[in-house]
Amino acid sequence: MSDRLAVRKTYKLYIAGAFPRSESGRSYPVTDGKGRFVANAAHASRKDARDAVTAARKAFPGWAGRTGYNRAQILYRIAEMLEGRRDQFTAEVRHTGASKAQAAAEVDAAIDRWVWYAGWADKITAVAGAANPVAGPYFNFSTPEPTGVVAVIAPDSPLLGLVSVVAPAIVTGNTTVVVASEPAPLTAITLAEVLATSDLPAGVVNILTGHRTELTPWLASHMDVNAIDLTGVPDGDVPALEDKAAENLKRVFRASDDWAGDPGTARMTAFLEVKTVWHPVGV
Amino acid sequence: MRVFGDAWGVSTETLIGAAELRAFLHGLPGVDQVGAEERAARLASRSIKTSAKAEAIDLAISMVDLTTLEGADTAGKVRALCAKAVHPDPSDPSVPKVAAVCVYPDMVETAVAALAGSGVGVASVATAFPSGRAPLEAKLADTRAAVAAGASEIDMVIDRGAFLSGDVVKVFEETVAVKQACGDAHLKVILETGELATLDNVRRASWLAMRAGADFIKTSTGKISPAATLPVTLVMLEAVRDYRAATGRQVGVKPAGGIRTTKDAIKYLVLVNETAGPDWLSPAWFRLGASSVLNDLLMQRRKLSTGVYSGPDYFTLD
Repeated sequence: MSDRLAVRKTYKLYIAGAFPRSESGRSYPVTDGKGRFVANAAHASRKDARDAVTAARKAFPGWAGRTGYNRAQILYRIAEMLEGRRDQFTAEVRHTGASKAQAAAEVDAAIDRWVWYAGWADKITAVAGAANPVAGPYFNFSTPEPTGVVAVIAPDSPLLGLVSVVAPAIVTGNTTVVVASEPAPLTAITLAEVLATSDLPAGVVNILTGHRTELTPWLASHMDVNAIDLTGVPDGDVPALEDKAAENLKRVFRASDDWAGDPGTARMTAFLEVKTVWHPVGV
Repeated sequence: MRVFGDAWGVSTETLIGAAELRAFLHGLPGVDQVGAEERAARLASRSIKTSAKAEAIDLAISMVDLTTLEGADTAGKVRALCAKAVHPDPSDPSVPKVAAVCVYPDMVETAVAALAGSGVGVASVATAFPSGRAPLEAKLADTRAAVAAGASEIDMVIDRGAFLSGDVVKVFEETVAVKQACGDAHLKVILETGELATLDNVRRASWLAMRAGADFIKTSTGKISPAATLPVTLVMLEAVRDYRAATGRQVGVKPAGGIRTTKDAIKYLVLVNETAGPDWLSPAWFRLGASSVLNDLLMQRRKLSTGVYSGPDYFTLD
């Protein structure tokens, strides 16, 4: 037997750049693929969700105001930090039931996904925007702008799925409140440690762990949330949430992807709004 | 405890009166700072929910002194603030109006015109706010101008320099003079507790102001950090409670500055109820000097009435 006592990590929430426990003081046990206990995760309450939205709102002007180039650097930095922790993430993904090879492949794919989205930061405006021909002496531009605070209900794919829904939301300048997978939340909190050390401003990504059915309705109805990604929500719960989201005309997006495939631009453009500007010619 | 009546009972013209005042203030029992902080923190941990919270929110809204004290204030901004004071949430007529609007003396006329007949008071800061560094004549002229323009409440600042250097008589006499210049207007005396250094001084300044005729004692100007804190307000509430027990005259309390959230506001209400007592739980005896807290109170109120979280987009900016 080893002389050293085990030093176990307390998995907490990630809100406004800090790692608080749930305001409610609750936690729930997380088990591995074979039903064995792995760790306790924080069981967030609606007040944690409200605090996370406040943090995301506060972070929005600063993050949206960064240049695309700067956001690209920060997203690439996240990939760099993740690369340095490959072994840790591989071990954590294995807790969810993946084999060693599967877990390593998923971590590599997740790192590559950050790099892929980082490249889009300064290109999406050119691809999704336009200089429009108009009948008059005007320049007419359509430029995509970030929507605001996006609530993201992450799918159960513990790392690749999570990265694939968070990265496209933040790369364009949105800030997010992410509800991590309910059965596999631990990698999300470990990812938060990566985000916290990657020059990502506090509040751009806030991660909650807990029961989806408890948190999602509050985010869907929250009047200060501008869009919601329902990817991790089971089919039966979607209509009720869409109903709540309609109250303040939230953008609602839902697509269950094959996470290993080509991500495409749909997830980025879903959380953009187009601003069209008329500028007189010759003035 | 022996107390010499109120302002007009003490002869400030004689050395005996001055010596008595000094002896009285320094004879006040010391404040147990650790105890005060502990007590304030304990009371702040009370949980106020559902119907009690709804009532507390409405009470807090009715106690707000909606304040704009910026060098950049314009008549337009003051009028907008007055409109908000009367109808804090235009979409919901059941929201109570606030207690008063607090402005600089030159804006009083605008505010009085905008609030005529609404029942919302107009408070004006005066006496060379916020520093209080001006000759007595200038302070009195400042006060008279505000009263003449129609202010129903005057928020004066004490001379902290004089107080801290031990010249309590000067502070007393100035306060008495300003009280006389106020006429019918209510006098709130700002102690600027952030500059008084100790809770003992807060207690002494509170008694000094009350004996000089203050109708309200107010923590801060809002221009100095720290502004209002719970322990300081606790000491002031104890002072008004003890003063009423000794003299029979009730004096109000107004914490100002640093109160930004509904949670903060409710903590103050709990403190009032548990320290001075429910007699003070009315806009006539307790005010919250703030402006940003109002939007948070309105957001929480709407959360309770609609069941969903609201956002700042749905309320006016100031």
